[in-house]
Amino acid sequence: MENILVTDNVRHSVWILYALLTFLTFLGWGMKLREKNVDNFLVRLKTFWKIVVFLTIAFSFNFLTTVCLLAFISYLALKEYFSMIPTRNADRRALFWAYLSIPVQFYFIYIGWLNMFFLLIPLYLFLLIPARMAIVGETKDFLKSCACIHWGLMVCVYALGYVCVYFIQTFKTPLPQGALGCVLYILYLTIFNDFMQYVFGKTLGKNAITPKVSPHKTWEGFIGGVLSTGVISMWAAPFLTPLSSLEGFFVGFGLACCGFLGDIVMSSLKRDLGIKDTGTILPGHGGILDRVDSLIFTAPLFFHYISYFYN
Amino acid sequence: MNWTKYFFFTIVVKPFIKLVMGVSVHGGEHLPLSGPAILVANHNSHLDTLVLMSLYSSVKLMRVHPMAAADYFCNTAFKRFVFQKLIGIIPIKRNPFLQMHQDIFEGAKKALSEGKILILFPEGTRGTNNHLQDFKTGIAHLTQGFPKVPVIPIFIHGTDKSLPKNEGLLVPFITDVYIGKSVFHQKEDNKKWTLSLQRKVALLQKQFLKDHLALSKADT
Repeated sequence: MENILVTDNVRHSVWILYALLTFLTFLGWGMKLREKNVDNFLVRLKTFWKIVVFLTIAFSFNFLTTVCLLAFISYLALKEYFSMIPTRNADRRALFWAYLSIPVQFYFIYIGWLNMFFLLIPLYLFLLIPARMAIVGETKDFLKSCACIHWGLMVCVYALGYVCVYFIQTFKTPLPQGALGCVLYILYLTIFNDFMQYVFGKTLGKNAITPKVSPHKTWEGFIGGVLSTGVISMWAAPFLTPLSSLEGFFVGFGLACCGFLGDIVMSSLKRDLGIKDTGTILPGHGGILDRVDSLIFTAPLFFHYISYFYN
Repeated sequence: MNWTKYFFFTIVVKPFIKLVMGVSVHGGEHLPLSGPAILVANHNSHLDTLVLMSLYSSVKLMRVHPMAAADYFCNTAFKRFVFQKLIGIIPIKRNPFLQMHQDIFEGAKKALSEGKILILFPEGTRGTNNHLQDFKTGIAHLTQGFPKVPVIPIFIHGTDKSLPKNEGLLVPFITDVYIGKSVFHQKEDNKKWTLSLQRKVALLQKQFLKDHLALSKADT
């Protein structure tokens, strides 16, 4: 398998990220020496380091490594989802098939069969899961179970898989910074948006935007987040993607809004289930689903955006 | 040293439990790193033993031994190989006729005096639907002679969904392990002491429910 194209810009963006993380780490240590309460910040930062190193490994070798490691993330996310939703004993066989769809889905990504990637989860798993459940024969809460399992598959396998498809879509005019440029752009932007919404919400937040879903999401945080993401995108978009600076602003703005939607969708789900975090695998952040909630909205959207306008 | 067990756990069991199943440990600081000690947990699945053993490093694991019923786990040559060689169980011969003549905890007592860590499921058998069954008093009989050996109550959740009783298909769910503070045998009624131990495990179960289900209004 050929290696992933890594251009200079991509490399520089990764160096900047590492420099930023190092700076934040020293800042955290410095504040700890002055006996400020930054333990939570340091825990989050440590986890963040691990995520960044993991992703660096995932994208540094060849496409097979990328696909395998992303399939593993997808598996962890799906397991987290199945562990938190109420499941019936009769669902076990269907859940098993749902897990099996991950290697199949990522195999189709690996061999570059885009059409099957688009169809496997939304269509064939949509048919297979209820079929397997019907064979088991428990009809109580049948529809509810089917819907729950399929929702999880769409989020954890289908939407997350969009991080990989940038590499297999062929563009008429090749992407200037390679597929990796686009993937990193979407990852940086999504994380930056989460972070800025949090910062603006913490400092200026007053008016709750969705009081029933989460009192901590405020208009101030939302507006501050999307505007700052738009601004950073003015620089990041031409650096990593075929987008121009002005276009970058609007795309960044739009993606930030979608990221926010992903955030409140996951919050609503958690509120419905009566849980605080989706898991404990990422200390300081919660579960994998807490971390990727915005990405499941932004990754597919940006993919179709550049597929439409730059192909 | 039992190399079969070492490699079996390092290559097969631990990667499986850590990567495929995923264990989230609460109160890990209460886990005793050296023996003698007895880990006491609720029992819903065959995975319980493997999950508890995987909490230890491969080297420390060599001194951890689950206790299991001889009539179930050692009745064929193959089972004897798997459970005694690979996992290192200490068989309990719970035959009511033999019991009169010999001490069923002979092996366990020997292991404790050698400073090993034992795993015991006082419910006696696997339960269903994660319902905590009444503890059998065997644990009190065992600890009677070892009042200085710490007994660590543990609550396991998730294995009952991954591999329940009477199911052959393993479906991974995240496993939560809650480890409580150690307790020691008290010179009181064995029944009473067993009940107090059971309450400790039930308390950990309550803690689990509180952590996972009670909605914290502060943030989402």
